[in-house]
This record gives sequence, C-alpha cells and structure tokens, in this order.
Amino acid sequence: MQLAIVVNEGPYTHQASDTAYHFTKAALEKGHGITRVFFYHDGVNNGTRLTVPPQDDRNLQKLWSELGEKHGLDMVVCIAAAQRRGILDADEARRHGKDASNIAAGFRISGLGQLIEAGIEADRLVVFGD
Amino acid sequence: MSTLHTVNKSPFERNALTSCTGHLLAGDAVLMIEDGVLGARTGSSAVAVVQAALESGSVYALAPDCAARGIKPDDLIEGVQLVDYAGFVDLVAQHQRTVAWL
Repeated sequence: MQLAIVVNEGPYTHQASDTAYHFTKAALEKGHGITRVFFYHDGVNNGTRLTVPPQDDRNLQKLWSELGEKHGLDMVVCIAAAQRRGILDADEARRHGKDASNIAAGFRISGLGQLIEAGIEADRLVVFGD
Repeated sequence: MSTLHTVNKSPFERNALTSCTGHLLAGDAVLMIEDGVLGARTGSSAVAVVQAALESGSVYALAPDCAARGIKPDDLIEGVQLVDYAGFVDLVAQHQRTVAWL
C-alpha cells in the first residue's frame, strides 16, 4: 500500500515529528511504499541542517535525512511555510538575497500542489501535528 | 467505509477525544497516541467517553506512548487494546481513511 505522510509540527515542540518518524519507519519495515512526506506549517523546521541538539538527545533532522536517504523518500518542505521560517535552499537564498541556505540533505522545497498530488496518488494520507 | 481516528492530546487538555467519539460510525476505530493515551487510563473522568466509544467501535492506545507515561497494561480501561507502531500502520491500512483530530 502507498502511504503519504504530513508533518505539521516542528521538532522538539511536542511529539508529532517523533511519531511521524516512527510511523514512517514502521510502514517501510512492513513493506509499504511512502508516496511523499510533506512538511507543512512549523513542520518545515524539521528540514534545517543547522539544528544542534544536545548529544544525548535525538536529532530529528538527522533521523529524517538518514531515513530519506536509506529509502529514497521524497521529503518536501512547503515553500511558503519555509520562507516565513527561514528555511532556504541555495536557489531560494540567492533569489531573496540571503547570505546562506540551510536545507538539510534529503529535503527539497516545493509547493502545496505536492501535498494535493500525494493525497490523490497515495492509498492513505496520515497527518501528524499539534 | 470505515475511519481510523487518531487523538494525540490529553482529554484533560483539549476536547479532541470527546469530539472524535461523537462522530464514530460503525466499524470505526479510535487510536490514542502521544498525550492522548492519558485517556486510556482507568479511573479518570474520561472513562465514560472511552466506554461510549467502545460501544460503537474499537479503541486502541499506542503502547510505547503508554509506557513512556507510566501507564501499564493493567491500568487500561477494559476493552482498550494496545498496539505498537507496526500495529498503528496496520490500523491505517485496515481503514479506508485516517482522520487526525488536531
């Protein structure tokens, strides 16, 4: 079965990003496909490579990046939500005259159409948030 | 067409559990996750809401979230079933859609 995942909450806010990560990992282990993981609202904060949590804490950005790389996941960050919160890739940084970009490995910036498409293409859409 | 309803907030913080259980149809299931599992504990003021939900559908609680909050299997309201993350995935697959009561 194909599943699409939506993450509406940032890391370390409550638990939604953790739950979404464990759910996605369990779905992959059971042989399901992941159509897309869409990071929306504060969820875009999962996609900055500049997070530095304490060493004894889980690093959610790294966990997502590693899971994405291992399984070739399409992890999309909503562009409007990302720009508001300072999540930029190199092209967006250049376009807006910013001196740095911070998108993490495995994430890409795109539009809300990607969420709609995932909802249409996947058998199930599962939302995690606050 | 059955629905899996997920509730991730404590019934003592928000009314998501009550709202959700008021919309259950035959064959639906409720899964309590994160702080939502506090609603699965017996003896609280939320018991009546969960018992009403058990009359129209199935009620589950995510085991690792119960364990993290010190809720043991013996503490659960009778009829509430524990699932792990793999069981959560199965519930999503078994129902035609999933609604998160955020």
